[in-house]
Amino acid sequence: MVDATIGAAEGVSPAEVEDVELYHPRSWLTKYVFSQDAKIIAIQYSVTAMSIGYVALVLSWLIRLQLAFPGRFSLIDASSYYQFITMHGMIMVIYLLTALFLGGFGNYLIPLMVGARDMVFPFVNMLSYWIYLLAVAVLVTSFFAPGGPTGAGWTLYPPQAILSGTPGQGAGIILMLVSLILFIIGFTMGGLNYVVTVLQARTRGMTLMRLPLTIWGIFTATVLALLAFPALFVASFLMLFDRVLGTSFFMPAIVEAGEHLKYSGGSPILFQHLFWFFGHPEVYIVALPAFGIVSDLISTHARKNIFGYRMMVWAIVVIGALSFVVWGHHMYVSGMNPEFGFFFATTTLIIAVPTAIKVYNWVLTLWQGDIHFTVPMLFALGFIVTFVNGGITGLFLGNVIVDVPLSATMFVVAHFHMVMGVAPILVVFGGIYHWYPKVTGRMLNDKLGNLHFWVTFLGAYAIFFPMHYLGLMGVPRRYYELGETAFVPPSAATLNVFITVAALVVGAAQIVFLFNLIWSLFKGRSAGGNPWRATTLEWQTPKTPPGHGNWGEELPIVYRWAYDYSVPGAKQDFVPQNQPSVQRAG
Amino acid sequence: MSITILFLAVIAAIAAWWLSQQRLTAKPWLEEGPIIATGASSLPAAKIGLGVFLAVVGSVFALFISAFLMRMDMAEWPLLPAPKLLWLNTGVLVSSSVALHSAQLAARRGNIARVRSSLLAGGLLALAFLAGQLAAWRILMAAGYFLATDPAAAFFYVISGLHGLHVLGGLVALGGVTDKAWRGVDVSQVRLNVELCAMYWHFLLLVWLLFFGLLLLA
Repeated sequence: MVDATIGAAEGVSPAEVEDVELYHPRSWLTKYVFSQDAKIIAIQYSVTAMSIGYVALVLSWLIRLQLAFPGRFSLIDASSYYQFITMHGMIMVIYLLTALFLGGFGNYLIPLMVGARDMVFPFVNMLSYWIYLLAVAVLVTSFFAPGGPTGAGWTLYPPQAILSGTPGQGAGIILMLVSLILFIIGFTMGGLNYVVTVLQARTRGMTLMRLPLTIWGIFTATVLALLAFPALFVASFLMLFDRVLGTSFFMPAIVEAGEHLKYSGGSPILFQHLFWFFGHPEVYIVALPAFGIVSDLISTHARKNIFGYRMMVWAIVVIGALSFVVWGHHMYVSGMNPEFGFFFATTTLIIAVPTAIKVYNWVLTLWQGDIHFTVPMLFALGFIVTFVNGGITGLFLGNVIVDVPLSATMFVVAHFHMVMGVAPILVVFGGIYHWYPKVTGRMLNDKLGNLHFWVTFLGAYAIFFPMHYLGLMGVPRRYYELGETAFVPPSAATLNVFITVAALVVGAAQIVFLFNLIWSLFKGRSAGGNPWRATTLEWQTPKTPPGHGNWGEELPIVYRWAYDYSVPGAKQDFVPQNQPSVQRAG
Repeated sequence: MSITILFLAVIAAIAAWWLSQQRLTAKPWLEEGPIIATGASSLPAAKIGLGVFLAVVGSVFALFISAFLMRMDMAEWPLLPAPKLLWLNTGVLVSSSVALHSAQLAARRGNIARVRSSLLAGGLLALAFLAGQLAAWRILMAAGYFLATDPAAAFFYVISGLHGLHVLGGLVALGGVTDKAWRGVDVSQVRLNVELCAMYWHFLLLVWLLFFGLLLLA
């Protein structure tokens, strides 16, 4: 590959730079529904992901009600409990977080932040959304299918996922697998766009090392997803064959109710390998965009350049690469060779190094910064604390000898909710409060935002801190009810009631957030083009919300990196990326 | 998972090579002013897009083949008599790839007549390959090997079937390009499309050769 020389060094003449042919919508339908504009697609992705996310929120309420008041609610029996936890997990991880970070934030921010007019393959990008919507529709259908959705747990481990004792063994598991396959196809279409747009559509002057960290995070996460989702694809595909066509890829010989099933010789461990080969990178598919976004939020709202930009970029790339060689730490209790356990424990602990570098750099960015406690900043700070908390319990669980006794307890549930549930969701909220003014032209309400933050942040700790304690006591996860258990004291039940009350309150705060989103759309304070006085390109568009094609007649030219905040001697405390020279005061 | 890890190592090497060209040690906070080269490739976006797509498809096949090999290492691995017809099919797929390669060369030289005939030949040969694969399936079924008979047969049907579906998908694209070429457009308007088709064809040939080789070794 030869580096393209775009323009000349001294005084780039815009006419020499080739601009892209844009697709121009001709009707209302192609403008707002079957739109090929990444900004509309981003909104479609976000609204769909958040809608299904609210379904998963309600499911978590039902789970918590059962755990606090076992048997009190007639609509939650053992089967439906397992269906609720399965759907809650699957929706939150894949249909909400993955879709929202990459399909939502990715679509909106990539073209704007790199200075492009749109994604490089807009038609494929549009298809991506519609296939995602279809995947969500298939998932929702399974709730109404005979037997209900699958209750196999979000990991869908065979053989139990397709045996008759598992809820949703009829249509539920088939619809689940079909929905996953559709999701992966749709995601691949979007992912191609995100990667190639970052590679090829950057505007003049936007070198890789001038990209905002948000883009680095989304870009690397997309590469991970493109390479890791195929493992889920293969696992789903083969399991679908086992379920529908009677093959035995994952199914060993099984005697059920005295009867030999038609399966023989398959390997459930093979499924675990495939699933976690996807499953672990998935954690970073969610975490890396969060890392990137939080870096930009902290820098902007602390009016300070990001500390160690190069380190931050390298850490993202290293974490991405390492995430492919740690999948075995999810399988310590699968009976694997202890030597493998040692290997995976080592790689797992090594990941802590680049991750810790990022945390130090966020903290050092805050050091002596001019910190504004805006709502996005509160969420970003909440993320750092939560991520450190969840990350430290990850160091516990990364060690084989600690993991084995803890692996089937609530400790694991508490750990992964902190590190890949609460932490990324806080960034999602921070990102929405930060970019909502660009998307809609109006600010979200500050008072409601503060309420939303404090209830969510403190509430999440009220939920998940005690849960670690329950796990250490030995309270098992995945149990519909504990009943009389010698090693679990009655106080655990009281604690469960407390957690449930906190969960109900935190859930209610998300309804306040939803109200804020809708109310501010009509009544919010007008935002202007750059309410946070930020440097990145998306805040420098000629119109807010940005028009079709993002930029006016000419594409912007980038003269500097994304973090020129509080430059000594500058007139303003920020210098936009497209400003040729620093204006000096006086 | 050794095949998958190997595949990812290749991808990682490409990524590392690419990153090494991108001045990742630059200190952007010191570099004010216009920088001429963004580091973007001079290749068209469609070609890079196809390259990324092939990495994804490659990942899918690497994982299928990994699963195949891991399963083979476990107990009860029956032998699958690979039909002799597969050799013929392999030859047909190779010639289909050769035809598309010659279409690509002709497109670069601006010889539209040659482009047309080569595209047509490549497409027909790919169709013949698909027919041959179906015939091979029938031979296996006649010998009593069905999808659910044993794991060796199941993996063969699934991987060859998925490969065939990818060929079929390629044929849809190739049909479009061939149609365009026969409508008498200028050769420059189809060159990129022909190159993309050839790239995809060579990739599918490589996947098939690897899988077929493993099948014979097993």
